[in-house]
Amino acid sequence: MATFFGEVLSVYSRAVEEDEEELEENEEDEQIRRELEEKRTVHLHWNPEVSELLRAGNKVQCSSFILAVGHNAASFLSAYILASANWDTVGRAVAWNERSRSGTGPSGEGSACVFYRHKDEPAVLICHVTCHIAEDQLFQWTEKVFGYLQTRGLTVTVLSDSSVADYKTADYMCSSSTPFLRSLRSSAFSDQPVCPSLEQPNIITGLPAAVLNHCQVHSIAAVVYQCYSDVTGPDSITMDKYKPVLTKLGRSIQVDSSRSTDGLCNFVCISEIQSNLYI
Amino acid sequence: MFISSQDSPAAFKDFTLVMPAVAVGNVGQLAVDLIVSTLNMSRVGYFHTDCLIPMAGNNPYASGKEDAEELHTPAEVYTAAELKLAVLQIRSPIIQMRSKKFRQQLKSWIKASGFSRTVVLSSSHAYQRDDQQLTSLRYLMTPSLLAASADALKELGWREMERIPAFPGVDADAEPRLCIPGGGITKGLYTDGCAEDLPLAVLLLFCSEGDNIPDAFALVNHLNDWLHLLDGQVSLELDFLPSLQASNQKQKFLFYSFLIERRTKQQVEDPNFLEFAVWQRHPSCTFLIEDTMVVKMSLNL
Repeated sequence: MATFFGEVLSVYSRAVEEDEEELEENEEDEQIRRELEEKRTVHLHWNPEVSELLRAGNKVQCSSFILAVGHNAASFLSAYILASANWDTVGRAVAWNERSRSGTGPSGEGSACVFYRHKDEPAVLICHVTCHIAEDQLFQWTEKVFGYLQTRGLTVTVLSDSSVADYKTADYMCSSSTPFLRSLRSSAFSDQPVCPSLEQPNIITGLPAAVLNHCQVHSIAAVVYQCYSDVTGPDSITMDKYKPVLTKLGRSIQVDSSRSTDGLCNFVCISEIQSNLYI
Repeated sequence: MFISSQDSPAAFKDFTLVMPAVAVGNVGQLAVDLIVSTLNMSRVGYFHTDCLIPMAGNNPYASGKEDAEELHTPAEVYTAAELKLAVLQIRSPIIQMRSKKFRQQLKSWIKASGFSRTVVLSSSHAYQRDDQQLTSLRYLMTPSLLAASADALKELGWREMERIPAFPGVDADAEPRLCIPGGGITKGLYTDGCAEDLPLAVLLLFCSEGDNIPDAFALVNHLNDWLHLLDGQVSLELDFLPSLQASNQKQKFLFYSFLIERRTKQQVEDPNFLEFAVWQRHPSCTFLIEDTMVVKMSLNL
């Protein structure tokens, strides 16, 4: 669709076309497609101790799995929980797709899905996800990660960033109400979430949705805390919004609630340099 | 694959399966939502697949606060055992290049479950019709189902989806073929059904993108004419109910999430606005305004 200013916008349409995949592929096309599929496979790399455990046919013991999706969620966990330096890096997940930054190839070092385990409470696992996981990789990522975890008695907590532009409501939203938290939980989650439930007709997508679907289907207790913010990049006020979740997480792990909002600024500086358009 | 949400495995032997195709206007999906909420069907399991884009949300069929916080996934199965009816609802698009895999998963499940027949509710672009396709409803049936339903079809007077030339006017000698533009996996399901001798029917409407609720009602009524799931016609009538415990109840509509219009708080609470907005869509509605703004779409049977 062309606009008045000559730019071309791709308009979202619900129309569904018949598949191109029905067309016959020659061998070369098929090979290219196969290679691309292999390149997009999700790979999990564990440290030697965990690899040994898995090789013996066991699963990683886990009673609490905390997943942070997005920069604000990940920075919040880093500031309040991981800062206590009682955490080991035990693994990472690599998922290459078209939005991966160059230099982080399929076996690259710059992978942004890192798993941490508490030294004193080895049943608590944290995962930071700050890279983009494509639609076709979400299911695979989830099945692979949960395939390694022992799921009996497991509680999953997901912290996820989202834009308030994706939040639909009949009421007018004034700027003072953002950022805010909403929750979604699986049927097996019996505890009370720390914020209101996500109202209809809102939905969640992406990795939090894939994880929640897996937990719902396999009767694992899981809750997603989605933070809707009007700031797209890392922001200390948005990060602070996750604070109520600490009361739930603090039961199983030591949290550093003394940290002030100013301390979060250390995690915010990185991306501000890029956006100098409106200086 | 199908994963039961009950303690005992679900039994689908000899049930009729109704499922939507993700197609233009989402008519099939809206129609399935209408069936599930009208017949008050209960969820019996999930269709857990890597072929659909993951999404999750709270209960779209909630009748009150008690059941509002039930989580729902992209593909779920509901049943009404007394009608021997099972319904698969699909809530998100199929991931690119995975349509064939999805169709294979569906076919395996249909065969393993022992459904007596499968009905696919679908739609096709109204603007891409041949001259002979200017009326709305079309059907398709695989040979194995056609044999059993020939009399019913004759009585209903439905038209079979026409085969049209691939490039009208350009290649006059080309053999006419089945074309369902905007229909998603509909054609694939039908051709697979014919090839593998599955009793499968397709019911589709020609429509355009927009407010497709009336199309959903029309499709469900056509389906009802054949399957006799309900005694009357499904129509739209608003009931303004006295206020319940929750004073913040707003309207609940059978829309998909991206169809809800943003209204200001004032507009929502203004009865004249609401009346006008609804009358625009359904001029035949009559309604009574009680003292509150709790509105419920009730289906008059």
